[in-house]
Amino acid sequence: MPPIQILAIVASLLFLLYISRQIIKGKLREEYSFVWIFSTVVLLIFSFWRDGLEIVANALGVYEAPNLVFTAAIFVMLVYLLHLSKVASRLHQQTKTLSQELALLREKLERKD
Amino acid sequence: MDKIAVIIPAYNEEASIAAVVADVHQASKEAGVHYWPVVVNDCSKDRTGQIISELPCTALQLPINLGIGGAVQTGFKFALLNGYTHAVQVDGDGQHPPVELLKMYNYMNASGNDVVIGSRFLEGKGFQSSAMRRFGIKYFMRLNKLLVGVTINDSTSGLRMLNQNALKVVSKDYPDEYPEPEAVILYVKNGLKIGEVQVEMRERQGGVSSIDGVRSVYYMAKVTIAILYTYIRLTFR
Repeated sequence: MPPIQILAIVASLLFLLYISRQIIKGKLREEYSFVWIFSTVVLLIFSFWRDGLEIVANALGVYEAPNLVFTAAIFVMLVYLLHLSKVASRLHQQTKTLSQELALLREKLERKD
Repeated sequence: MDKIAVIIPAYNEEASIAAVVADVHQASKEAGVHYWPVVVNDCSKDRTGQIISELPCTALQLPINLGIGGAVQTGFKFALLNGYTHAVQVDGDGQHPPVELLKMYNYMNASGNDVVIGSRFLEGKGFQSSAMRRFGIKYFMRLNKLLVGVTINDSTSGLRMLNQNALKVVSKDYPDEYPEPEAVILYVKNGLKIGEVQVEMRERQGGVSSIDGVRSVYYMAKVTIAILYTYIRLTFR
């Protein structure tokens, strides 16, 4: 087994361990962890199965296997970033509504007349 | 009898806010109309929050900075929840003299509009602002006319009076940042009638404008996109 393969397997396993710890400690919500677990598992599979990348690339008609890696990775990242922007927008709306409610309730509590 | 909430969004306006609140009470007495100042402190860093809690006004203290749109919407929600018949937005920097509110109120009753905008440009009197700014305002006038066929000469004016129909719309949905031109689309698309009446504005009494230099380019771009999105969203909902 060449060193890079061992390195890839160890790195993927450590990453998986780190994500699991974050979920257990409650710092990462499960719904956001799916994409991370999924990509780590994919990395693991291709770390063990060395010819896999060539086989999949050939099957899809991609001449240079690394191009498939870059294309797929960038696509997944873009989709996930879009998802995070949506999450941020929703949180923004919720924070706004909450702080407005808070201001209205506080006024009711401290009403002068 | 009609009760009018005068919504004053305030961010770091400690220098001018007391005078604005006093002007509202003075104008109310002179006009014989019930105006009540509702100051929305948008998490100011200065003493605005403390000052307004001691003034004869309703003090809405936001725990985080929401920007002008979110602050004004808090006031709209307050007005609707507390049985006000109208709400009018007046800037906290003293640009909008409260004596002009009577003109808007009378025009609102006479015309049957749901929204009345206090405009600087119908007759060209009073403070008129810079050439660059006027260019921007002309541009928004054309854009709004193109999209919804309504001509608003001063769609960036923050001085606007809303009745309960309009309040119901804006307390559900109101833009956050630079809301004024965008809100015009919102009003028309929700079937509200808009009118405009000439008012005289002053130069700001304290504070600095949030829109200058590079930011004015950003302003134009942001508002254009926001107007188009609002238009599309409300047309195809």
